[in-house]
Amino acid sequence: MRKRLVTAAAIGAVLALGLSACQSAPSPDTENPVTPAFDAANGQIFNPSDAKGGTMKFAISEDWDSVDPGDTYYGLSWNLLRLYGRSLLMFKPAPGAASQELVGDLAEGPGTPSDGGRTWTYTLREGVKFEDGTPVTSADVKYAVLRTVDKEVLVNGPTYFGDFLNLPEGYQGPYKTPDMNTDSAIETPDDRTIVFHLKQPFGGFDYFAWLPATVPVPKDKDTGVRYKEHVVSTGPYMFESYEEGKGFVLVRNPHWDPATDPNRPALPDRYEITLGVEANDIDNQIIAGTLHVDLAGTGVQPATMSRVLTDPELKAQADNPSAPRLWYTSINPKVAPLDNIECRKAILYAADRTGYQAAYGGEFAGGDIATTLLPPQIPGYQHFDLYPAGPDNKGDLEKAREALAKCGHPDGFATKMAYRSDRPKEQATAESLQQSLARVGIQLTLVPLPTGDYFSLYAGRPSYRDSNGLGLMTNGWQADWNDGFGFLSQIVDSRTIRESGGSSNLSVYIPEVDAMIDQAVAETDKAKREQLWGQIDRRVMEEAVILPGVYSKALTLRGKGLTNVFINEAYGQYDYMMLGLEQP
Amino acid sequence: MAQVGRSAKPNDVTTYLIRRVAQAILMLVIVSMVTFSIFFVVPRLAGGSAENLAARYVGRTAGEEQIAQAAERLGFNDPLPVQYGRWVKAIVVGAEYDYGPGVEHCPAPCFGYSFLAQTPVWPDLVDRLPVTASLAVGAAIIWLLGGVSVGVISALRRGSFFDRAAMGVALSGVSLPIFFTGLLTLYLFSYTLRWTSPGASFTPFTANPAKWAYDLLLPWVTLAFLFAAAYARLTRAGMLETMGEDYVRTARAKGLPERVVVTKHGLRAALTPIVTIFGLDVGLLLGGAVLTETVYSLPGLGKYAIDAIGSNDLPRVMGVTMLAAFFVVIANLIVDLLYAVVDPRVRLN
Repeated sequence: MRKRLVTAAAIGAVLALGLSACQSAPSPDTENPVTPAFDAANGQIFNPSDAKGGTMKFAISEDWDSVDPGDTYYGLSWNLLRLYGRSLLMFKPAPGAASQELVGDLAEGPGTPSDGGRTWTYTLREGVKFEDGTPVTSADVKYAVLRTVDKEVLVNGPTYFGDFLNLPEGYQGPYKTPDMNTDSAIETPDDRTIVFHLKQPFGGFDYFAWLPATVPVPKDKDTGVRYKEHVVSTGPYMFESYEEGKGFVLVRNPHWDPATDPNRPALPDRYEITLGVEANDIDNQIIAGTLHVDLAGTGVQPATMSRVLTDPELKAQADNPSAPRLWYTSINPKVAPLDNIECRKAILYAADRTGYQAAYGGEFAGGDIATTLLPPQIPGYQHFDLYPAGPDNKGDLEKAREALAKCGHPDGFATKMAYRSDRPKEQATAESLQQSLARVGIQLTLVPLPTGDYFSLYAGRPSYRDSNGLGLMTNGWQADWNDGFGFLSQIVDSRTIRESGGSSNLSVYIPEVDAMIDQAVAETDKAKREQLWGQIDRRVMEEAVILPGVYSKALTLRGKGLTNVFINEAYGQYDYMMLGLEQP
Repeated sequence: MAQVGRSAKPNDVTTYLIRRVAQAILMLVIVSMVTFSIFFVVPRLAGGSAENLAARYVGRTAGEEQIAQAAERLGFNDPLPVQYGRWVKAIVVGAEYDYGPGVEHCPAPCFGYSFLAQTPVWPDLVDRLPVTASLAVGAAIIWLLGGVSVGVISALRRGSFFDRAAMGVALSGVSLPIFFTGLLTLYLFSYTLRWTSPGASFTPFTANPAKWAYDLLLPWVTLAFLFAAAYARLTRAGMLETMGEDYVRTARAKGLPERVVVTKHGLRAALTPIVTIFGLDVGLLLGGAVLTETVYSLPGLGKYAIDAIGSNDLPRVMGVTMLAAFFVVIANLIVDLLYAVVDPRVRLN
């Protein structure tokens, strides 16, 4: 495995170079937003323009689940599909915190709750058509939502509608139970009105209305799993071609009426999306100018990172977006001696936070040191630090030893730490914690586990992790959308933990938190709801069952000739719908 | 050299052919069984169940019920021989697949549907084969002509500067991994000098032959460089051996032109191992030049295989493995037959 060692050494050298070369770059020039500068597209629009024309070139190294809006669960996909699909609502396409606001896309505006938040009503805009000129009606939205309930056919997308709608008993979706009356769940009193009925009140239903599942689908053109081969567009662009696993081309949709769409500038004439392009080649192509955007949006490869950080001209072409993602380590309270809260606190005090950050790639490519569960861009985030790691963030060993004494292990204890074996950053995290915790006598035995089965078979399976003594387990989570429910519900609700495995919640068993979640879910007042989520964050941290690592960041490159570039914080990526091209 | 023994009778040739074809089919069956088994047995050894396997082919937050449905849909609950039998049957007679609003008939040879993309495998293979074939055949012609020529000249001018330089370059060609040379050549020729197409460029031959060749120029040359090196060294060694033989000296003494001596007497004898290896190399490449396709982002069978393996997508893995095995087996067969053509000594054995 000489090649692996060489690669590892090269990456290590590159990282070292990258970290040491954090010279200060010119700060974003808000006076003149056209001069390239580092992070110029983060928080404001770089190179604003409304010039139309040109062919936009996107590429990505891997394929994602599907281009069918009802069958996809990738942030980049949800970002991109707004080019060819209109869901009921949209996050305002603007830089900074403005994107936290939900505005009407297919619908005229956010929904009207009634019945204590159990019923939500939306009014569709007038004049929206499919790419063949057929008018879009509320029945098309209803059908689109109902087809996503059949998880045997459309396996990929989220399950929020199936979980929350008041569907009739035995309903299995329009393919298997086409004749069942579903008015108890969704009503369409007229062509422009759609009414959702839920099983229980849900204050944040507007976030569901934002989901791509509400992009209308014409029933007579629906081919189930094969619909992705020709998605019928409601957006400014439609599919000219689609090649499974290779790529697709979008061209202007003649039946898109800009008068019905205040959100989309629709600047380029054409989009060419290529899949399966080698990751380093994508970076080189963006630098060379033959490609505009890396669709993955997770940042440049390690080899390019050192070039970007050390070359001022390249660095001025780069941005440092934050994704609503937290990398963290779960601390298992079911495994002794971690069943004692003081032993868990000792870990939180002794951990070297800068080491965690370095493991993920440092301040630019890794992220900011986290002290809460909610990343800062999630509404409801409150800054707090219950376990300060000393002035240098390398750990407070004195407090750690105090905690160890209180839990009856003054000289430390031994436990196991699991991580996903093919993720070098998680391995680096495990090794870093092994070193930093050893300073107070906590001995970690590292347990690499397969990534594919990590949640279904190993760390995510209570019987496995408890009987194998996995005290610490690497973990990570990205919000489905930027609010407390979208971020926290899957990772701190103990009711998501299944004996058969698969939950992302590996360590949070707090009944009080479950009750607080129910309360937050039902709250229709946005401000109160956000405050509750902030309190849930704090309550979980008080239990010391999670060691937060970093709020994820990436180092991304702006392609040459792009206009209207900004990071949409709802996705943590460039807003793909808004980009334009400089005209010759 | 006088021919000895009797000439091969048609019956012998037919029997030989039938036997070889039967062996080939048997080999393919064994390959399919082994691949199938590995896919299912290895996770079982790690303590996995049908549900755990199915969990990879459903969405991120799939519930128990959804996973169980997937296990049923993908047939994981059936015994392994039953699943294998179903796969074989599909190849022979085709199969039916539920795509949601209806049921689709997948005609023979039906290599199944991708577990993840739910698209049929056979059309993917047919679609990607021209990419791999273009890459393989183009590179093969270049490396054969280039490698053999260099080898011949090196052998004839043994010890000269050309010989030493050529063998030095050949050594680097064999030693440098294609991943390295590929990225380097892309950076140099495509992005800095702008002489060649960027990565992920492929134009079908039928669409535009000139662009097809231009897009493949860099991958051809880089891939050919790797093989040409080996062929140059092989040819040189073979030539050195044959050119030193008595019969070559005799041919020269008879007054034949040097060109005829080299090609008809020297090279022809040295070609035997070259032909063997060439057939095998092309056969292997047709199954997918994995590294080259990955580096240059060409949507061929190799890239398809790597992606399928990485995502544990059995139907795709089976499809591309069988196709690759088929090419290797056919290549072996052709090489063996060609062997008899090139070297008369083999014909009658």
